[in-house]
Amino acid sequence: MRLKELESYLQEVETFEEPKVLLEQYPTSPHIAAHMLYTMQTQYSDVEGKLVADLGCGCGVLCAGAAMLGAGACVGFDIDEDALSMCQSNCTDLELDSIHLVQADVTHMHTCPGRWHKAFDTVIMNPPFGTKKNWGIDMIFLRTALDMATESVYSLHKTSTRQHIKKKAKEWNVSMEAIAELRFDLPAMYKFHKHKSVDIEVDFIRFSFPSK
Amino acid sequence: MLLSFRTIMRLLTHNMLTSHVKGVTNGYPLKLQAENIKVMSVDFNPEFVARMIPKLEWQALIQAAESIGHLGDLPRELMPEYESNEEFLKMAHHVLMEVEVIEGNLECPETGRKFPIKNGIPNMLLNEDEV
Repeated sequence: MRLKELESYLQEVETFEEPKVLLEQYPTSPHIAAHMLYTMQTQYSDVEGKLVADLGCGCGVLCAGAAMLGAGACVGFDIDEDALSMCQSNCTDLELDSIHLVQADVTHMHTCPGRWHKAFDTVIMNPPFGTKKNWGIDMIFLRTALDMATESVYSLHKTSTRQHIKKKAKEWNVSMEAIAELRFDLPAMYKFHKHKSVDIEVDFIRFSFPSK
Repeated sequence: MLLSFRTIMRLLTHNMLTSHVKGVTNGYPLKLQAENIKVMSVDFNPEFVARMIPKLEWQALIQAAESIGHLGDLPRELMPEYESNEEFLKMAHHVLMEVEVIEGNLECPETGRKFPIKNGIPNMLLNEDEV
C-alpha cells in the first residue's frame, strides 16, 4: 500500500463526536498517522505480521493504520467507553478484523502490567501530553509502553520535553531516536480555547532496546 | 443495532487478562462466562500464530475455549515442532482469533469479582477501593 492510499483510507476513520477535555481526546490526523505508520513499516519493518499495541487508542486511527499495513493483530487500550465504541464501529465499517480492544487505565497498567509485560513486538501511541491536573502522564504512558514492548515503541511527545525524555531514556537504558519533528495544528475543539487553533511542536520518537 | 456490531473480545486477548484488584494474589486466569458468542472469519497468518503461542498460557486457553464450547480438536498439550504444523496452527488461529465473545463476564478465580464484557470489549477498570 502506498502512503497516499493509506492516508486516504485513514480519512474514513470517524472521530470523536464529543471529545472529553479531561482525557485530552483529539484524533491523530490521517496525515500524521499515515506518515508514522508508513515509516514504521518501510524503514523498520515494525508493523506487518507483528503484535502491536496502541495505548490510548481513542477512535482507533493508529490501530486502523496498523491493521491496514498488515499487523498480525493490534490491541487497542483506552479508558473511555465512548471512544472504544467509536473505535469498534470504525472496525466494523472498515472491515478490520485484526483489532482487539480492552477498556483499561494505562496509568494503572504501569505498576501492574500482568501478562502484558513484554507481550508486544511494537507499541504505538499518541499519548496525552499532560495538563496541570495530570502532569507527567506522558512519561507514565511511555514507561508502560516500554514495559510492554520487546522491539520498539513509537510515540509522540512535545518537542519541549525532548531533553527530559533523553535523560529518562538513558536512565531506563533504552535507545531513543527522534525520527521527525511535526507540528500539531489542534483545532479549537474546546469552548475555552481563545484562538481558532493551537500550534504545538511535536517529536515523533522511536524507542528501542539495545541488544539484549 | 447491537447485533450488527463486530465484536472484539477474542480468546487471544482473554489469555492475557488478569485481575489486579489490590490484595489479589491469584487473579489469573479469569473464568469466562459468555452470554453471546459469534464466530467470524479472519485471515490466517501461520507465522504470526506460531509466534503468539509462546506468549500464551496454553492451559488457560484450553480452559476458556472449552468453557464456551469452542475447543474443537485443539490439542490439550503443545506438541514438539508445532511451529511447522499447519493443521495445528489453523486450529489455534481459529480458537484465538475467530471466536468472539460479545456479552458476558470475566470472573476473578480468587474473589469472584466480575469484569463485564459489553459489545465485545472487556472492562478492566478498577474501582477506587480496588486500586
